[in-house]
Amino acid sequence: MHGKATGWGTWHRTGIWLPRAGAALLFVLLWSLVVRLGDYPPFILPGPERVAARMWALAAEGSLWRHWWATAVEVGLGLGLGVAVGLILAYPLAHWRLFERMVAPYLVASQAVPIVAIAPLLIIWFGPGLLARVLVSALIAFFPVLIAAIAGFRQVPPEWRELFRSLQATRWQTFWKLEWPAALPTIFGGLKIGATLSVIGAFVGELISADRGIGFLIKQGQGLYDTPLVFGGILLLASQALLLYGVISALEHRWARR
Amino acid sequence: MTDRPILMARHIAHCYRTPRGEVRALREVSLTLRRGEFVCLVGPSGCGKTTLLRILAGLLHPTRGEVWLGDQPLRGPDRRIGIMFQKDSLLPWRTALENVRLPLELSGWPGPEAARRAQALLEQVGLQGFEHAYPRELSGGMQQRVALARALAADPEILLLDEPFATLDAITRERLNEMLIGLWERQRKTVLMVTHDVHEAAWLADRVLVMSPRPGTIVAEIQVPSPRPRGADRWSHPAFLQTVWAIRQALGDGGG
Ligand SMILES: Nc1ncnc2c1ncn2[C@@H]1O[C@H](COP(=O)(O)OP(=O)(O)OP(=O)(O)O)[C@@H](O)[C@H]1O
Ligand SMILES: [Mg+2]
Repeated sequence: MHGKATGWGTWHRTGIWLPRAGAALLFVLLWSLVVRLGDYPPFILPGPERVAARMWALAAEGSLWRHWWATAVEVGLGLGLGVAVGLILAYPLAHWRLFERMVAPYLVASQAVPIVAIAPLLIIWFGPGLLARVLVSALIAFFPVLIAAIAGFRQVPPEWRELFRSLQATRWQTFWKLEWPAALPTIFGGLKIGATLSVIGAFVGELISADRGIGFLIKQGQGLYDTPLVFGGILLLASQALLLYGVISALEHRWARR
Repeated sequence: MTDRPILMARHIAHCYRTPRGEVRALREVSLTLRRGEFVCLVGPSGCGKTTLLRILAGLLHPTRGEVWLGDQPLRGPDRRIGIMFQKDSLLPWRTALENVRLPLELSGWPGPEAARRAQALLEQVGLQGFEHAYPRELSGGMQQRVALARALAADPEILLLDEPFATLDAITRERLNEMLIGLWERQRKTVLMVTHDVHEAAWLADRVLVMSPRPGTIVAEIQVPSPRPRGADRWSHPAFLQTVWAIRQALGDGGG
């Protein structure tokens, strides 16, 4: 009966999605069970149906998508900028020790100070618009990408470098045909961390100054004791991180298979 | 076959500088490769064979001495010299064909032509049908064939082989050596091959250079008189066994 007709591919797919859907269902069930057993008031712990209803209302008035998109744009631009800066800095840092010694302390310091402390400064400097929030996001997203790329460029096996040297490859050829593909799997590791951080960065930026976005929604929910809205906002944030992670994993599968 | 020297090393010595002090790898090495000949270099592990090969390939500047390619001193890597490394050096993100094509890509060959040549080379080493396989999908022996095809891709005059088949089992190694000799007999490149294996050296080479333990120097040069082709019946030739014995003894002397 089963087997050949369905084919392994189909089974493989349901094989991934079935447990995922099951886990999600289990999560929701546990959640509503806790709410019911504990008999919590909705402003402390709303049940999943209340959160869903609140989100539905928001979607119906048309602002859900607007807020989601506002944050998504900040995340996308922040991560893009962070990745670009991280990669561009990584190459000279990996190759020139002197440059590394000069620049590394500042890079480390930029990460040691909490982002919530730097964000207000960026908003004072660049105004309360999109730019400041993108910068906050980029500022924490670039670091893991930078560190991963430096490690990736440095870990290129000396045998391969010697091969390229024996073939008289130019610096540019060595980069495109050796260092970049060799470092790519490592870079993807950093990119995944950077992606989740970029969501946090955009959110922090919105908490401090924004008139839209998921951070704005959550702050509003907090002010109004609209706990279902806060919960919904958290789920929206998670959805962005998951989506980004999924896209990056797919790219990794395509480009950095080993 | 002519007797014209093509690659010469004169009084080479090399010390590696490490944080823990200097390592004397080569004491004093002079050698001459003549056009079209097949030379084997044998020596105990760690005596500086790879070091010597890297120097001859222009990848490493010797602490002392110099290398001549034809009538010019060797200043760095040169397209006339192809090298095949001891450790597997295939790029895992490239297919067999793409690995072989790499040297051609780097010297600016147009794509289709490079692909055609790479294809032909893979056929020469008996890998037709595996063009699009990734290195991890190939056996150790197949990987070394790809590496050999890659070393041949840019059509170098001199081929430096660093224990090309050392990690393979005896049967596979024998097959690949037969293939290598076949290629050499057709193309008459100048070959310098490092090996641990005394029999292999006596079988393949016109001439065998024997090195002492580290810091290495060449302690003997043994001409191999056996006529070619040297089939499996070589084992019944006294001359072959004498060569094997001579190499053995030279290795032993170096150890004293
Ligand atoms: N990059 C390096 N830095 C420091 N020392 C090195 C380096 N490469 C080799 N050596 C040392 O030089 C000596 C000779 O090494 P080499 O690799 O040339 O030996 P080999 O004859 O090829 O050995 P094997 O037969 O095991 O491959 C060894 O003692 C080794 O430890
Ligand atoms: Mg060696």
